[in-house]
Amino acid sequence: MKEEGKKRVWADYQKEIADDHFFYVRSCIRQSFFPGSEQFFLHFMRIVLGKDVFENPSHTSCTGIGYHGDIVPLRTIMAVVARHFALMKESGYKNIAISCVTSFGIYTEILETWKHFPEELVQTKEDLFKATGREFDVPENVAHTSDIIFKFRNEVAGKAKFPLINKDTGEPLNGVEHIGCHYAKMFPKHGVGGAEFPRVLSGMIETWGGKVVDYPERRHCCGFGFRQYLVQANRGYSLSNTAKKFESMKPFKPDFVLTNCPGCNMFMDKWQYTIKEMNGTIYGENGESIPVLTYEELAGLVMGYNPWDLGLQFHMVQPEPLLRKLGIEFNPDDKFRTKDGRQMPVPKNLINA
Amino acid sequence: MAGRCLFPKTLSTHDMEGKVVIIGGGAAGMEAAGQLARAGCNVTLLEKQSLTGGHVRNWYHLFPDKRDSMEVIEYLEKHIAHKNISVLTGTSVEDIRRKHGSIVVKASDGREFDADAVVLSTGFDLFKSERKEEYGYGIYDNVITSADLELMFRKGEIKRHDGAVPQKIGIVHCVGSRDEKAGNLYCSKLCCVAAVKQAMEIKGYIESARVFCFYMDMRMGGAHYEELYRESQEKFGINYIRGKVSEVSENINSKLVVKVEDTLAGRPLKMELDMLVLMAGMEMSEGGRIIAENADLKTGENRFFAPADHHFGSNKGNMKGVFYAGTCTAPMNITETISHARAAVADVIYYLKEGKS
Repeated sequence: MKEEGKKRVWADYQKEIADDHFFYVRSCIRQSFFPGSEQFFLHFMRIVLGKDVFENPSHTSCTGIGYHGDIVPLRTIMAVVARHFALMKESGYKNIAISCVTSFGIYTEILETWKHFPEELVQTKEDLFKATGREFDVPENVAHTSDIIFKFRNEVAGKAKFPLINKDTGEPLNGVEHIGCHYAKMFPKHGVGGAEFPRVLSGMIETWGGKVVDYPERRHCCGFGFRQYLVQANRGYSLSNTAKKFESMKPFKPDFVLTNCPGCNMFMDKWQYTIKEMNGTIYGENGESIPVLTYEELAGLVMGYNPWDLGLQFHMVQPEPLLRKLGIEFNPDDKFRTKDGRQMPVPKNLINA
Repeated sequence: MAGRCLFPKTLSTHDMEGKVVIIGGGAAGMEAAGQLARAGCNVTLLEKQSLTGGHVRNWYHLFPDKRDSMEVIEYLEKHIAHKNISVLTGTSVEDIRRKHGSIVVKASDGREFDADAVVLSTGFDLFKSERKEEYGYGIYDNVITSADLELMFRKGEIKRHDGAVPQKIGIVHCVGSRDEKAGNLYCSKLCCVAAVKQAMEIKGYIESARVFCFYMDMRMGGAHYEELYRESQEKFGINYIRGKVSEVSENINSKLVVKVEDTLAGRPLKMELDMLVLMAGMEMSEGGRIIAENADLKTGENRFFAPADHHFGSNKGNMKGVFYAGTCTAPMNITETISHARAAVADVIYYLKEGKS
């Protein structure tokens, strides 16, 4: 495999990512499933880098899951997104930082729709004004938060306490990067590195010392696929797609999976548990499943933050195998203990624990 | 004496200068140069590469009769070995201008050439297969192009990057042709038959190989093409799968994993291959594009030079005294290219003889 070939592709998909003054829009599900991720992003941006990142509490769901589930019509979701842009305008910001890949896909799809069908933009302006009395501007810069961490990946590397190196062997850890379909498959130009060989996560892994695994089903959907999962009768299909990915990556012995999409992270994490329960298949080595991390969690680990402050204990696949390889010390008893020492309920059936 | 065309008596006989500059020293340019020189014109043949011969030089055996391409090169080289022809290799042209009744050809190095007529035979460029990112050319070691395979034929060995002899080989048709995403709606016309020829030739080198052609349609619209296609199936056992390859990747054993939709069977197909050959299509050459842009020469939707008339003026463009020969106007095979060049010569002679009207 020729790395220079990938670099040539990446050169074709260079994306302008704002440097500062972000209007931050959260994901619906990330705060539940990976509660440390968005928290770390804000901490890293505001405290570590000293950037201005603003949140408006009136921001809502983008309704993307409803849109892709055929519940929310296009005209409605365009008005919802327009309202977010109105909140951004009212707050005095022009650069939007989007935490969720589904939302990022929704925003880019709507912005492209308005560009190619200006009458839709006129209609949306009317709809929003009639409904709320608000007005909006389209953002000057649209970035997914993985784009932003990619932009500042060297700053993370500069503060690295645990680079992605196996402390016992001295070899780089094998990282699988999984990009959410809605990040760049619809509009490759909006993704760092395009859609076929995205750079956004592989750039982080390599900069932080790891090695990226390119396996046959790298481009395949995580299995969520909205209707694959949302329609209960299709869930076997969702599961089989996830299994296909893990079967494909298994021979490469990945030490971790890195994702930039809430749905992907959730499904690649939780379906490993389900597959193990169904037929006993485990995809990692030594009888351990493969930890699935968000880019904020991985950045935090590399920088030496406490894994439980990063929320890694809230994954179904627990991170211990990865922590041991990195040489990170941890106390498993602290996993579900509050900062003031109270014991929280401990979830059952966590794997790798 | 160079510089004066000797025309058939049926054409008018008033005096004229016969200085013709030909831009592009591939098959079309060489054929036109030879014909014009024999008609008495003073020909300057400009070629940007260090050798004349163009793409033919990079091919091994030609369809449909498996002729060695070097025979064509030898014929063309003999053709231009004429006292009326000056061949200037390593000369790129960037502009053409009409000036006081003649035409000035401007080279990139600042030289200028005066001409009474100009023949553009700037040919084509092979589609850069890297642009079809999903096929991984330039990334996966065993994804090669049809041109790369011809070089292997010439060397006399077909080998994978690791030196092993491939046993399972795929050939992807229409790479960069009939492809809206690549910006090329047209058919490159030659790739189907070239794929058939290459598939059979692979079997000639590796008898045990299994060869799979992934095609949209088999466009066998040339003399003996259909017979070749039939022979490839009956005698060589080439497998033809109607469907487009959607993506290529590499597994832990460095085998290529190809996903394709088999539209006849109506189901997706995933296949492990040792090697994948991309049938790169034809595009307007970069050199032709630069000249077209600078000289305001019209191009078609396919970005090749637009002929003045598809039926009666396929060698003429929108600038008086400038003529087109060969694949700078559309994809053509070598036979058609040579015929088209000869037709351009007839137009040039008529133009010069009729007082450049």
